[in-house]
Amino acid sequence: MNTTAEQSPHQIDVKEFHPRARAALGDPQIRKNFRNAMNGLMSKRTAAFEGWDVETLRDLGANVRMRALANLPDLLEQLEQKLTENGVRVHWAVDADEACRIVRDICVARDAKSVIKGKSMVSEEMELNHYLHEQGIEALESDLGEYIVQLAEETPSHIIMPAIHKNTDEISKLLHEKTGTDLSHDANYLTASARLQMREKFMNADVGVSGVNFAVAETGTLCLVENEGNGRMTTTVPPCHIAVTGIEKVVPNLEDVTALLALLTRSATGQHITTYFNMISGPRKTDELDGPEEVHLVLVDNGRSTIYQDDQLLDTLRCIRCGACMNHCPVYTRVGGHTYGTTYPGPIGKILMPHLIGLDEGRHLPSASSLCGACGEVCPVKIPIPDLLVRLRQEAVDGDRLHPGKVKGHGAKRSSVEAMIWKGWGLMHAKPALYRFGTGIAAKFRKLQPGKIGGWTQYRTAPALAPKTLHQRMKERQQ
Amino acid sequence: MSSKDTILQRLRNRSGGEITAPDCDFSVLRRPDWSTGEKLDLFQKMIESVHGEVHRTTESEWVGVLAGLLQSRGARTMLVSPVQKIGLALKEAANSRDDLPDLLLYDEAIEQWQEELFTTVDVGITSTRGAIAETGSLILWPSADEPRLMSLVPPFHVAVLYASELYATFHEAMQAQRWHESMPTNALLVSGPSKTADIEQTLVYGVHGPKELIVLVIE
Repeated sequence: MNTTAEQSPHQIDVKEFHPRARAALGDPQIRKNFRNAMNGLMSKRTAAFEGWDVETLRDLGANVRMRALANLPDLLEQLEQKLTENGVRVHWAVDADEACRIVRDICVARDAKSVIKGKSMVSEEMELNHYLHEQGIEALESDLGEYIVQLAEETPSHIIMPAIHKNTDEISKLLHEKTGTDLSHDANYLTASARLQMREKFMNADVGVSGVNFAVAETGTLCLVENEGNGRMTTTVPPCHIAVTGIEKVVPNLEDVTALLALLTRSATGQHITTYFNMISGPRKTDELDGPEEVHLVLVDNGRSTIYQDDQLLDTLRCIRCGACMNHCPVYTRVGGHTYGTTYPGPIGKILMPHLIGLDEGRHLPSASSLCGACGEVCPVKIPIPDLLVRLRQEAVDGDRLHPGKVKGHGAKRSSVEAMIWKGWGLMHAKPALYRFGTGIAAKFRKLQPGKIGGWTQYRTAPALAPKTLHQRMKERQQ
Repeated sequence: MSSKDTILQRLRNRSGGEITAPDCDFSVLRRPDWSTGEKLDLFQKMIESVHGEVHRTTESEWVGVLAGLLQSRGARTMLVSPVQKIGLALKEAANSRDDLPDLLLYDEAIEQWQEELFTTVDVGITSTRGAIAETGSLILWPSADEPRLMSLVPPFHVAVLYASELYATFHEAMQAQRWHESMPTNALLVSGPSKTADIEQTLVYGVHGPKELIVLVIE
């Protein structure tokens, strides 16, 4: 964990999942931080849905998202048209690089040198901070958790609680070293000093960058969910606001938002609602006294239109980024968010990241699961995550004739020996005579069976082959 | 081809063919017809559970209640709208009573007085456009009369709510007020004071926005 923590995100090798997992498993602090946090989040979620017909609500959530995806291209055009009427400028980006360039160009046109940011996972996906820094523009995170992570030069370890891997002591030392705050274990004091430092930054920022939770096509409204107020500051105080979002975030009607909001906050943090639900439909009007004079929306594809092509993989795009799947994941809870080495960790990351980085890079992701099914059971929009994991595992070994690989980098884990073994296995089970012959031989030469069979015998003893096959024994009984 | 066309073309030429849009039945969000009293009780319970403070009062007494609450907090300046009903009432009251903090009117563009707003104003006082019982949420539609930062920057936010404008759910409020026909530049649901749990899940109030949210309910 510590080795990756010191690296910036673009240096992390996603393929090195196993060494990182081993390190995290051996780190009692990481184990404790995540276990405590995830226990709390799970029980809060359960409490928040008390009295609700959760299954019906989840069905509605899934249907609302599905209906939006069914009309995605039309809705995106409607959204653009409405936003343009409202005075918002809309930009389209095929990939993360283009999205970064669009943000830079807006900054350059305004001669902007400092950017303040609200929490946005898409901007993490774009590695926007890093890019802007290279362009001589400073981007500062204003969400307290993101701010801590940025000071530590790390990446978020949870999509809702970015600094969940750190305890108070670590944060206190970090703030002391980087900002001169006194060493203290008082979260109130630490937060208050961050508030003061941040207020200066908000006042002086040239541009505010935020994410979007839902974009409503019928009214041209960008919705943001948050507790701290930094999102409102980011979108209100600087003279220019740039919202970045994935193209899948659009919904047709304002009404849809009520269902998704009810699901999102309860699933994420067990809150009935967050402190602020911020709906932005345009820049400051001429008679208004505050608010940004310019508002931009950057619609980012970055692999989403590829996921969109396939009926099964499409379900991935229903995601509303609540993080419930990671809160309930036994693997995530034990290895923590950084082990994955990806922007989105946990179950949703395992089904989303392979599309963004390819299955060659992300080959270990679909396998980092026990397929226990908890993620699928809590998903507010009923994404069948376990099914998608199985699908991606098939893709990673190139599937078969009925399920040929489609995802970028498919077949990365295919081994010709393994493929041959399975081919033989298939043949044997299709031909009874061959099956009897094969099992008979195995029984006869069982003494030659190797005692160690790779990973299987790491924690188990190898099963011993029986001296007689089942067929032989049945035959003897009948006699 | 522009990026827009590239993206839209990929989406339109979907290899999986057309997707059937399912029906969406929102009845699961519906709540029984609660009376105003029931809605108010629930609203109070919910917003208090997230550290909001509720005081029930009347049209003739709310200014006095407010004065007491602000005095107990040692507030020296309060920011109000120069034209909105609540602001006008306080402007008038400030002439006749001396237990209110100094009155500050939000009557010029933020650029002219940003530093002052961020460092010296103690309280922002706003109206509301109703509230939601189920989640304990205030509905705010900031406007030219009542700008956005009033409810965000000062450490205390006082909101005046008419009990008659309580809705059971967000869904009901949105439908009743016909939001889909026209949205303001900024609309907000506010449920409690600003908070964070980013430092080892310890709950702290007032991280970027107000440390306290006080709701005066006029019955």
